[in-house]
Amino acid sequence: MHEREQGSVLHWQVLLLVGGIAAWWGLVAIDILPRFFFGDPAAVLSRLYRWFSSGSIWRHLGHTLLETILGFMIGTVAGLGMGLWLALSPTLARVLDPFIKAANSMPRLIFAPIFALWFGLGIWSKVALGVTLVFFVVFFNVFQGVREVSPVVLANVRLMGANRKQLMRWVYLPSATSWVFSSLHNAVGLAFVGAVIGEYLGSARGVGYLILQAEGVFDIDSVIAGILLLTVFALLLDIAVTKAERRLLRWQAPSQARTVG
Amino acid sequence: MQSELTPAVELRGVTCRFAAGRGPAYVAVDDVNLRVAPAEFVAVVGPTGCGKSTLLNVASGLLRPSTGEVLIHGEPLAGLNRKAAYLFQADALMPWRTALDNIAAGLLFRGVAKAEAEAGARDWLGRVGLRAHADRYPHQMSGGMRKRVGLAQALILDPPILLMDEPFSALDVQTRELMEDELLRLWLADRKSVIFVTHDLEEAIALADRVVVLAAGPGTRPVAEFAVDLPRPREVSEVRLTQPFLELHKAIWQVLKTEVMRSHAHARA
Repeated sequence: MHEREQGSVLHWQVLLLVGGIAAWWGLVAIDILPRFFFGDPAAVLSRLYRWFSSGSIWRHLGHTLLETILGFMIGTVAGLGMGLWLALSPTLARVLDPFIKAANSMPRLIFAPIFALWFGLGIWSKVALGVTLVFFVVFFNVFQGVREVSPVVLANVRLMGANRKQLMRWVYLPSATSWVFSSLHNAVGLAFVGAVIGEYLGSARGVGYLILQAEGVFDIDSVIAGILLLTVFALLLDIAVTKAERRLLRWQAPSQARTVG
Repeated sequence: MQSELTPAVELRGVTCRFAAGRGPAYVAVDDVNLRVAPAEFVAVVGPTGCGKSTLLNVASGLLRPSTGEVLIHGEPLAGLNRKAAYLFQADALMPWRTALDNIAAGLLFRGVAKAEAEAGARDWLGRVGLRAHADRYPHQMSGGMRKRVGLAQALILDPPILLMDEPFSALDVQTRELMEDELLRLWLADRKSVIFVTHDLEEAIALADRVVVLAAGPGTRPVAEFAVDLPRPREVSEVRLTQPFLELHKAIWQVLKTEVMRSHAHARA
């Protein structure tokens, strides 16, 4: 993409954002949208400002981020390990296939109350929920990735004398990595969902808890402020994943050659 | 002890049948006998799709024949052939490793220390003319450069047997000729037994000591053999124009043409 083109995209993005907020603010101001249900951008902003200036938000935000990151990391590592293992043991994969499909098609958010019973109301019930959501996304991608390793590359490395462990390190793992990263963008969002839903159902801290409290007293501005805050941090985590991806997948050809200038 | 008479590679009565849906099994290779002496360069030519690659897969141990056996220096082959390196038609480099790492890989698998393996890989990079490109990933190299890396990757392990499956067929004509000369130069320096599969008769004659012609598939087998008595060292672009080359080409083409026609007839039927 040309720099100029990139600049114009950013231009449009900013315009869209500002336009959306302006429309919201305008519609609420002339009373087409009732303020009681839709909040008010200015009030949302002042709420956010108050949270950060008083510092009261950090406790909640830190809590939610910790749950998200733990759920994300544990889910990813478990999905990677399980995906590699099953992809390399076809018989076991065939035996477990219906169970995995069943577990994946289950509406897993329903487990939130059960996890609360099992792991208590602290962070671990939320982490567990995040893990169940993240795990399957990563697992299926790794499973697919290992099975799509180029047979020629595999035969070549085997003929060069690689043993099982070396095949794993030199072929399966790097090949699966590119598949894992395409799933991690989804996984980050899901880890957030797990954390917030968990807090929503029972906790004494976290942004989900904050939103629940605000809903209880019909404080719609705080609800929207909380949602915006979560969105921003989900975006930041996604950017971090993209950065890691660029670093680890340097070997991949760019999908399109780009000229500069 | 290996006597001069023990072939480096011997295929004895090798037949390969593949399951083909519900129909009868597809016989790709039917009762093939082939012997390759130590330090001999054998080219195998045949119509496209006749089962040439299947023979190499059998010789490398990647594929077990349905019947028949493979002897490597007189020993029956079980499992992968550790004495052979295989140069594939398609790209076989690890795309996530640099040129240097790709070449050093085989040594590392054999337990050579990292520094020593890298020094060896650097030496081979130089020998295939890529000294300055150690840190490039495969996608950053041209097709010809990738083939050079592949050649170095195979030769660094110093295997007594080299199996090559149309390794240069994807290259443009000029690069291809350069690579053929490169291969001859490396091979002359350290003669290995080579089975070089190709559908290009000129390439086969220019490189090999002996040309084996395979019948059209299915159920391919050698139908003729020709010794190539052209003097070495050869320059591929020059040897092509000599009288003995042209006569040999004509003689082999007579046989090969029949098979190619049969192959076409079969494909149309």
